[in-house]
Amino acid sequence: MGKTKLSKNLMRMKFMQRGLDSETKKQLEGEEKKIIGEEHWYLDLPALTKRQSFLLCEDLLYGRMSFRGFNPEVEKLMLQMNAKNKAEVFEDKTEEVDVSDEEMARRYETLVGTIGKKFAKKRDRVSYEEHENGDVKLPKEKEMFLKPRD
Amino acid sequence: MAEVVAVAAESLAGSRARAARTVLNQVVLPGEELLLPEQEDAEGPGGGGERPLRLNAGARSRVRVVCGPGLRRCGDRLLVTKCGRLRHKEPGSGSGGGVYWVDSQQKRYVPVKGDHVIGIVTAKSGDIFKVDVGGSEPASLSYLAFEGATKRNRPNVQVGDLIYGQFVVANKDMEPEMVCIDSCGRANGMGVIGHDGLLFKVTLGLIRKLLAPDCEIIQEVGKLYPLEIVFGMNGRIWVKAKTIQQTLILANILEACEHMTTDQRKQIFSRLAES
Repeated sequence: MGKTKLSKNLMRMKFMQRGLDSETKKQLEGEEKKIIGEEHWYLDLPALTKRQSFLLCEDLLYGRMSFRGFNPEVEKLMLQMNAKNKAEVFEDKTEEVDVSDEEMARRYETLVGTIGKKFAKKRDRVSYEEHENGDVKLPKEKEMFLKPRD
Repeated sequence: MAEVVAVAAESLAGSRARAARTVLNQVVLPGEELLLPEQEDAEGPGGGGERPLRLNAGARSRVRVVCGPGLRRCGDRLLVTKCGRLRHKEPGSGSGGGVYWVDSQQKRYVPVKGDHVIGIVTAKSGDIFKVDVGGSEPASLSYLAFEGATKRNRPNVQVGDLIYGQFVVANKDMEPEMVCIDSCGRANGMGVIGHDGLLFKVTLGLIRKLLAPDCEIIQEVGKLYPLEIVFGMNGRIWVKAKTIQQTLILANILEACEHMTTDQRKQIFSRLAES
């Protein structure tokens, strides 16, 4: 006995679609769209879109302007916005460093001390506080118990 | 100019549609119909005749043409609705057709989506400000439409402040809405315009002329003294300079330069540069 072919309408029903995988679903969808698209009537007219704005007609500059340093922020904006209009914005690959290297080194110097203070015992903390001018000298070596010599 | 108008009148009398390509940069009058380039080939030398109906559209190349301000679609032709010069811009990168528009002059502004305008705050009601932009109704501006504004952190905007913003909704059926941020949420220079300075009104055509990339007037003005200008597409210009006198001189120049010839303008600038 041959398998009875299920009709297209049956296949389109929701409960039949749950078992299908995404590819078959997409294929079915595509076929549907094609059928619907061919049935639609359309006017054989040129594609004329109507736009009321002058922005796409003429290339206009950015509306805020500043000259001879009157408003530096606006001058920066002018460069930015007009460059965007002229050509594709070509992102600056060089990242601006927020903090200079020197400052970073200075911070790390004191950072070692600050974190060290946190984990030091009360006795060792004294040695940190003695050096208040900012240079951090590591605390003295831990004093171990010395066995008395006979 | 007289012969151009005579030609236009002739064509209207003959009621034959002219090709848009032949009328570029010439004066067109409302009511004229223009043919797009792809239709000229279909028209025989007699012109205006009947074209056979085609049932298959496959062979036709669909070039997407944009009809800009002053033009309207009428069947498959362009109908001119404003008087002025017809302009055309070639498409920059491939996506076909280009733009046709009419370069007309007017003083009354009609809000258009995407335009940057200068508005005056007239009222504060609840969560929105009412901003007068020179159109038929005041635009609404939500207090959240500023950079860094949250429900707790309200922007510092009072009645009477000047706002530089752009329209997000602007059509004939709804009240226009404007915002002071772009689609990424950044201000990009929009927002409240600072104190002092002078706001005055000019025609819309002058604004477009001054904002053209190669405008000599702006370049010359910029060499005079330190100043700041904001142009709104609704015909409003705000200027500010160090002293009141300089601000007034600037305002007078910008208002007058519409009707001056190049020589007159150069004379005035040289006189100013001396003093």
